[in-house]
Amino acid sequence: MTEGARVVRAYGHPGSARTRARPRTKGRQVDPRAAERVCALLGDRPRRRDLLIEHLHSIQDSQGCLAPDDMAALADEMKLSLTEIYEVATFYAHFDVLGDDDPRPPPVTVRVCDSLTCEMMGADALIEGLEKSVGEGVRIVRAPCIGACDRAPAAEVGHNQMSDATPERIGSAIADGRTGPEIPAYTGFDDYVAGGGYALLKECRDGARPVESVIEALDNSSLRGLGGAGFPTGRKWTFVRAEQGPRYLAVNADEGEPGTFKDRYFLETDPHRFLEGMLIADWAVEAEETYIYLRDEYPVAREILIREIDRLEREGIARPGSIVLRRGAGAYICGEESAMLESIEGKRGLPRHKPPFPAQVGLFGKPTLINNVETLYWVPDILANGPDWFAGKGRNGRKGLRTFSVSGRVKEPGVKIAEAGITARELIDEYCGGMADGHSFKGYLPGGASGGILPASMADIPLDFGTLEEHGCLIGSAAVIVLSDRDSAADAALNLMRFFEDESCGQCTPCRAGCEKSVGLMGRPKWDEALLRELSRAMIDASICGLGQAAPNGLLSALKHFPQDIPDG
Amino acid sequence: MPKDQEAGIAFTLNGETVTAQKGETIWQVADRLGVEIPHLCYSPEPGYRADGNCRACMVEIEGERVLAASCIRTPSEGMVVDTASERAASARRMVFELLIADQPGREEAHDADSKLWRWADRIGIADSRFDPKAAPAADPSHPAMAVNLDACINCTLCVRACREVQVNDVIGMAHRGTHAKIVFDFDDPMGDSTCVACGECVQACPTGALMPAAMMKEDAPGAVTPDRTVDSLCPYCGVGCQLTYHIKEDRLVKVEGRDGPANHGRLCVKGRFGFDYVHHPHRITRPLIRKEGVGKDDLANLDPANPLELFREASWEEALDAAAAGLARIRDTHGGKALAGFGSAKGSNEEAYLFQKLVRAGFGTNNVDHCTRLCHASSVAALMETINSGAVTAPFFECANSDVIIVIGANPTVNHPVAATFFKNAAKAGKTLIVMDPRGQALSRHATHMLQFKSGTDVALLNAIMNTIVAEGLHDPDYIDRHTEGFEALKAHIEAFTPEEMAPICGIDAETIRTVARKYATAPASIVFWGMGISQHIHGTDNARCLIALALMTGQVGRPGTGLHPLRGQNNVQGASDVGLIPMFYPDYRSVAGEDIREVFETAWKTSLDPNRGLTVVEIMNAIHAGEIHGMYIMGENPAMSDPDVGHAREALAMLDHLVVQELFLTETAYFADVVLPASAFPEKGGSYTNTNRQVQIGRAALPLPGEARQDLWIVQEIARRLGLDWSYDGPADVFAEMQALMPSLNGISWERLDREDSVTYPVASFDVPGDDVIFGDGFPTASGRGKFVPASVSPPDEVPDADFPMILTTGRVLEHWHTGAMTRRAGVLDAIEPEAIAHLAPADLDRLGLAPGARIRVETRRGAIELIGRMDRDVPSGVVFIPFCFTEAAANLLTNDALDPFGKIPEFKFCAARVEAAPTNEPAAA
Repeated sequence: MTEGARVVRAYGHPGSARTRARPRTKGRQVDPRAAERVCALLGDRPRRRDLLIEHLHSIQDSQGCLAPDDMAALADEMKLSLTEIYEVATFYAHFDVLGDDDPRPPPVTVRVCDSLTCEMMGADALIEGLEKSVGEGVRIVRAPCIGACDRAPAAEVGHNQMSDATPERIGSAIADGRTGPEIPAYTGFDDYVAGGGYALLKECRDGARPVESVIEALDNSSLRGLGGAGFPTGRKWTFVRAEQGPRYLAVNADEGEPGTFKDRYFLETDPHRFLEGMLIADWAVEAEETYIYLRDEYPVAREILIREIDRLEREGIARPGSIVLRRGAGAYICGEESAMLESIEGKRGLPRHKPPFPAQVGLFGKPTLINNVETLYWVPDILANGPDWFAGKGRNGRKGLRTFSVSGRVKEPGVKIAEAGITARELIDEYCGGMADGHSFKGYLPGGASGGILPASMADIPLDFGTLEEHGCLIGSAAVIVLSDRDSAADAALNLMRFFEDESCGQCTPCRAGCEKSVGLMGRPKWDEALLRELSRAMIDASICGLGQAAPNGLLSALKHFPQDIPDG
Repeated sequence: MPKDQEAGIAFTLNGETVTAQKGETIWQVADRLGVEIPHLCYSPEPGYRADGNCRACMVEIEGERVLAASCIRTPSEGMVVDTASERAASARRMVFELLIADQPGREEAHDADSKLWRWADRIGIADSRFDPKAAPAADPSHPAMAVNLDACINCTLCVRACREVQVNDVIGMAHRGTHAKIVFDFDDPMGDSTCVACGECVQACPTGALMPAAMMKEDAPGAVTPDRTVDSLCPYCGVGCQLTYHIKEDRLVKVEGRDGPANHGRLCVKGRFGFDYVHHPHRITRPLIRKEGVGKDDLANLDPANPLELFREASWEEALDAAAAGLARIRDTHGGKALAGFGSAKGSNEEAYLFQKLVRAGFGTNNVDHCTRLCHASSVAALMETINSGAVTAPFFECANSDVIIVIGANPTVNHPVAATFFKNAAKAGKTLIVMDPRGQALSRHATHMLQFKSGTDVALLNAIMNTIVAEGLHDPDYIDRHTEGFEALKAHIEAFTPEEMAPICGIDAETIRTVARKYATAPASIVFWGMGISQHIHGTDNARCLIALALMTGQVGRPGTGLHPLRGQNNVQGASDVGLIPMFYPDYRSVAGEDIREVFETAWKTSLDPNRGLTVVEIMNAIHAGEIHGMYIMGENPAMSDPDVGHAREALAMLDHLVVQELFLTETAYFADVVLPASAFPEKGGSYTNTNRQVQIGRAALPLPGEARQDLWIVQEIARRLGLDWSYDGPADVFAEMQALMPSLNGISWERLDREDSVTYPVASFDVPGDDVIFGDGFPTASGRGKFVPASVSPPDEVPDADFPMILTTGRVLEHWHTGAMTRRAGVLDAIEPEAIAHLAPADLDRLGLAPGARIRVETRRGAIELIGRMDRDVPSGVVFIPFCFTEAAANLLTNDALDPFGKIPEFKFCAARVEAAPTNEPAAA
């Protein structure tokens, strides 16, 4: 004590002394060890907001989960608030967000698909079998469609996808440590170039093909958006080109519609045909950057794209960094184009209100061309063979080719490239070897989970955009799931509604509460048909995006076409 | 019809052709025309983006496949909209039925009068055919807010309130689908989160899921219903938020923000939740006279709960007579200069005006001052010297028009929280925000550049910035030529201050200095905000001179988005200074030494006035020690806590022959009083107050006075009469009229206008036009019409760390407590959040001292020592200890240095040498 200094005697204070002071500033603190760990993981990558999901993947991949300390350190590192990290991390199913006292998840995660086809083909039994057979260090998680419906039931051991999954095969994969993607043979860069690949792109870039001619060819080919919306591709390119730059191209490779696996097929067999189409689109709209948003359920496609994009950069075909591959994180809604943009921006995948449309206000607020993988896949062939080649395909008065993902009770499920306008019966008989043995054709879903259900008696309708709407159905992504006499349309409808309940972003009341209340009503021994219809009407009329608007399609189809299947007490 | 409406968008609404203005939504048009459409997630309050998520406002648009949310959809030419179609109405009813399914029953509703229930009633939905889902548990963890997410409808208004309006970034919508839920940080209990309790979410919530905890009934579900409301102002900082008091049975039960020009409905934790001090049992409700023989030598004897240990109750007559007689005796024996008065920046303009008039005309001295001396005296000195105007040149919300915003020596999220929200809004809108402060702060995260320079090196940093601007030719010769003088001298002076030379001094690398200089100078519009980090140094005036020079050399003043803005600390510090509550100026900053001026006031006040400049706050304390001042009248000021080296100040107060204190509580200052006069709290009186933006605003009485407490104006007048002044003011309007006659700055502002408009900015050209937000577009009110450059040299702080006292002590405020804590520590919520004396330390320093966060520490300087809790704070740089000065049990000002800035006479609160060690009695704080 310094001489002469005064110490005040503690005589209390005017406060009530009901609480004690916090030893730290408000809220969670950054743990220095976590900060060091996260910093090292991120390395010299930018800390931009749009990279949040990528950075969360880095932590999840290395730590097996997102622990609070790591998330807090990431927030600090990215100059984001805690809640900005948490709300994004918890939106996506592939992030294991831990609370303070939660145990770390086991080292191996087996995701078993329980969407419609897999459920029909024995997902529940598989899960039951796995729960008995796998030991410590493995957890079994139900997951929505992973795009392997042609060989259902499907499961994923870590990032190793397994079709025709059985507890035994999964057990041996775990035992052997086969938990990463196994890359199949595919048409690589050299083979693609040997077949004339990238000549078209060169012609475009060299000026031999004016943009106008390319777009005209697309217009004349009748190529439409094959992600499900069916918007004429040439027109979309024209709209985006008309907007003031900078512009972006965003490729929707978030193929999540249950029953759909065609984009995956193209990416895993012939990636460069898609990439060339993509680069032509990029050239046509003079995109600043091209983003590919790939669902996290496709690790094989991801590995292939990483390799081949790198190759394109090395070959001087793509400017380094101009193609940005972004990884989804387990959210069906991010296949909705505006939700995808939000996700690319590092946010929760909430669909945006329209208007404005992405062609005007898209990625980072700039005009953005959004195309599906398959749409772009057809571009090189259409330009090479001429628009009439594509438009000349088709049946029953329809134009073009469609890639059907067929699954369910047929003898030979799989990707079927067929004429637009083909009927379900023709598709089953001509492309799928007929119904599976012992099954008789009862009905079909023409467009995955969103497209409704039609009875076999209506299997002669041409399958194309615009042909099914009058029956309350949609072709969408052309995922045809075939039901047999052993399947209940009511069970199928409930499976679909549960899927939508899980996958709703939760933003709007009709979808968030509507899906949940529908599932509740559909679980009752006797369905309240009037109330279900009333609720469905509101969901269709008042939901923000296509998910909620289409979610009741299966339910309404079941009520309309399969009254005998509806529980009535 | 106005022109822009003619050019609007014609569409059909329910069969009528109507016109929308550009950007107007269908809902807004309908609302304007009296067509009712339900809405829940949409708030028409300012700052709230329509989100269109609840779907309660769906309407049918002809030709569209699905319905549209009217709150977010703008009509297009020729659109046909039907708000009443069966399809739209049934969708809306279904939305309500879905939401009500998961609500607590009406009887158990947390807020049975919520927007949700009111709309449900309106459209006839009372219950739901759906099964409810499992209700989340209540979160009672926060002292200010009751969180009952069972009533949440996921409308995200609270998220927008927290993230987009106030930008405190605590609330999020986590998970998805039916599991989507409101979270605080990582789904932490609200009370454990980073929540700063601004309460914007509570004000926004349409369901009662978020409610002020104080509103909730203790013995039954639901909230109390106020019986009346009064529109008034916040009593705390200089932002000047307008608010509404909600009152039940003459007690305040709730405060809500109003759409005032400075706050647009926003408030902070103090303004929203810090109101119950007025009802605190410590309120003095009868006049007190010091008991015979009770000494003034041990403040430890102060017990605010039991004033009768030191005082006896007296009648007003007796107390006023005693108070005035003591003052008169000293005046008549020693002359007026033996008296002094401290007024308060917390009182109204009228109170401040009357008080200074009393001191000048009644005491016969200019020894009148208030705590402006302790906050922005140096800023005002520099501003008066250079541009002859002590107020801001632009309001803080002008930052919306700026390209570059510099915040230096200020921590606005703590001290001016609502102003900070506008800075954060601007940063989110893409403006460049540059923060310069030795301590990190909440604003840093939003800043493009955070310059954490070494304490006390402001001049080095600012001169280096100016050096860069001049060296790179980024100054504005045309502006300099037309509107300034003295540039050449400044230019020559700063030549030596290169970024390379200054970098090691200020701790900011040369390249960053250059970058910031370029950004500020070259942006179309740059603005500077500063606080007490600039002013509270012995070189505070120099610091402010640098900022002014920076703006002058770049012409970043006088245009939209540009300017100089010292963020004023107290609700009426601007007004109190304007009306002359300072020793060197009469009202409107007219020098007491000017003979012509003095004559004006002598005529008006019908008395002769002292021609000598009076003493300032610290000088008055020194004059008491010197035996020159014997008596004081202190109205609402607490120098026994707020003065530097407060032990010295307390000794001075104890030495006075006669001290009259007019107060709400028995404060540390009142302890030394001979007579204590029970005064009126802010919500108990009417008056005008001038905020940091030069907005004169009106506060209205909301509550009756407790016990025998009296209006401050009445008390001052009663003292004046007893000192021989023939005063008969009939309330604040009467006083305002006299002020208006004497103060050209109030031209165009009448009491009636204030009452009608609630807020008028000065200067204002006439009674029927708005005031000028941005001033000095065409020169300055100086003799030459030019702004003056005044060069500043680097001078070290008065007391630098050494081997004995190796750390730097810096003082300031915490968010929850205001000034000396007399009010806020008696506000339940604020006390619960920040209950004990704390010192903020860097994690590294705690480690070095071997102390756990929350350990008791002892902080000592050459003037004293205190013991308090050491709080870990990453924002504090190593080697610095930050102590808020509001805690009486460990008063920071026992430690501070009273060395003064030679121009502003402001003490160096921001820097002295200190030693920190473990407290001898080490009892850890709660975990």
